[in-house]
Amino acid sequence: MDGITFDRLTATGYGRHLIKGSIDCPVISEISAFVQGARFYSNDCQSILDIGGQDTKAISLDDKGCLCKFEMNDRCAAGTGRFLEVMAAALGFTLEEFAAEAILANRAEKINSMCTVFAESEVISLISQGADRREVALGIHKAIISRSASLLKRVSSAGKIFFAGGVALNPCARSLLETETNRPVFVPPDPQMVGAIGAALDAAEEDWNL
Amino acid sequence: MADYTKMWQDLGLDIESHEALLSVLGKAYADIFLVQKNRPEGMKYFDFVMSEVHGLRIKEIMDAKAQGRIVVGSYCTFVPEELVLAVDGVAVGLCAGAEFGFEAAETLLPRNTCSLIKSVFGFKLGRVCPYLESCDIVVGENTCDGKKKAYEILAPLVKDFYVMDMPQVKSEMGRKLLREEYRKFMAKLEMESGKEITPASLKRGIEIVNEKRKAMLRLNALRAADPTPISGLDALLINQVFFHDDPVRFTDSVNKICDELEIRVKDHTGVAPKGTTRLIVSGCPMAVPNWKVPMLIESSNAVIVGEESCVGERSTRWLTDVKGSTIDEMLDAIVDRYFNIDCAIFTPNPSRVNHVKEMVKDLHANGVIHYSLQFCQPYIIESNPVEKELEKSHIPTLRLETDYSQEDTGQLKTRIEAFVERLKKR
Repeated sequence: MDGITFDRLTATGYGRHLIKGSIDCPVISEISAFVQGARFYSNDCQSILDIGGQDTKAISLDDKGCLCKFEMNDRCAAGTGRFLEVMAAALGFTLEEFAAEAILANRAEKINSMCTVFAESEVISLISQGADRREVALGIHKAIISRSASLLKRVSSAGKIFFAGGVALNPCARSLLETETNRPVFVPPDPQMVGAIGAALDAAEEDWNL
Repeated sequence: MADYTKMWQDLGLDIESHEALLSVLGKAYADIFLVQKNRPEGMKYFDFVMSEVHGLRIKEIMDAKAQGRIVVGSYCTFVPEELVLAVDGVAVGLCAGAEFGFEAAETLLPRNTCSLIKSVFGFKLGRVCPYLESCDIVVGENTCDGKKKAYEILAPLVKDFYVMDMPQVKSEMGRKLLREEYRKFMAKLEMESGKEITPASLKRGIEIVNEKRKAMLRLNALRAADPTPISGLDALLINQVFFHDDPVRFTDSVNKICDELEIRVKDHTGVAPKGTTRLIVSGCPMAVPNWKVPMLIESSNAVIVGEESCVGERSTRWLTDVKGSTIDEMLDAIVDRYFNIDCAIFTPNPSRVNHVKEMVKDLHANGVIHYSLQFCQPYIIESNPVEKELEKSHIPTLRLETDYSQEDTGQLKTRIEAFVERLKKR
């Protein structure tokens, strides 16, 4: 935080407790931070889906827009942004090309494994069998979106979805999420900043004496 | 602590591994329990018990054996201590709460076996549980599929392994089965101890255990106060010690701490400020030293005010009727008492969720954390309908599934904190 001036501070994210000792400030979980951040951009979403670098969160909001139920993927990075990165690299695409090429595919190859390690070897063997790279790319997108949609279904089944996290920048993921859930999807500008904005809003609300 | 090396060697323990286990346990205990603020004075007794859990208590058990008393170990709250006391035996709950010796356990069990069962094997194969090694009889009860199949593999490794069958349905036939199993168990105890169960000895057994449960009920009721006079961790510890301490001394110590807590309640003092988020933990049992989830909860701006668990109210809530005068009548009363236990092995099991709701109301809880051990089918499968029913009754519920490892503490903490934040916003 050297060289950065601030009026108030709230910490969130996986390292949120590490700041203790350096700066004494309120701490909120990233789940609450996403709820607050989402409300800043939209007041008509019933659910939030965040696909970040290493986890996926599905959150439902009550009629006042407050945190209701939530689910997270367990333990490993299966089906998260990191998974997409590894698969793009295995196919020899940049992340941008990966989404753009997937959209152009006419059909999707079925990807069976959600484990980053096993799926990578599945992709490599599909390519060596002569599969179309675009179709494999679409298959990978479908695999993670169908997994995320089922996580979302566990917390809520209707209404507009607020799509956050870096993966929301991926146009293929966005359109698949709409088709898979049959629900409207809203992507805010800078979806990867939603948690940080939520924490900032929390700091603004917090009755906090320096 | 005195030097118990000789006693441990005589019991056949692996001294080096056992030392390592005790040092990890001692450090965890200091980091989790001793650092808590505003602990009741009465916890000193339980701190002492824990510091001597493999020492003085084992010595007492060995002394009891030398006096001709038998030691009966078990892994479940369905094994009636009353019957063991009726032959002047010592009943002990056996070690199943630590991630110890899992590699060895996995040579005999599939990897996807619940941590509790793996721990039973880890302790046996690693020769680090002095309770298990001092047992004359080890009772394995046919509750879940995991346990009953694992017991087939455990049986030849243990001196005298005794299988107790269990009903799965709360029917008249189910009750008959339980009664018959308890009757057979009485005969087994009489044979091993060489002592006859008399109406007087059985009544004495029932009374000792009733007193122990009454003290726990008193403790549970005191936790309804806000601020809560005792932490959930300390209350869990008392529930854990329930299974291996001398029952009369334990009862006395619980009553003593309750006297102290009554004063706290009157003075409106407690372990956390008034208004702190109050939670019930419901689900799988937490055996010593399985403190991971309660520790995460109580370091996330919340207090636990009740445990709907076999190491908790499922073990302590009902008393045995003492009206009977014949052995048959008293056995009926014991069967009636134990047949109430709403373990998830029963199908259907509606009284369990009703009990959770009652606890939420009586203890003024804000929400429920449903705790399942990974691969524990009965509780994991039941967790979904339990969650739905509680949420339908406007009781916020968070389902957690975990094991004895520490690798998921970050993810668990995020969920628990978010859940507590959800409750605060209401």
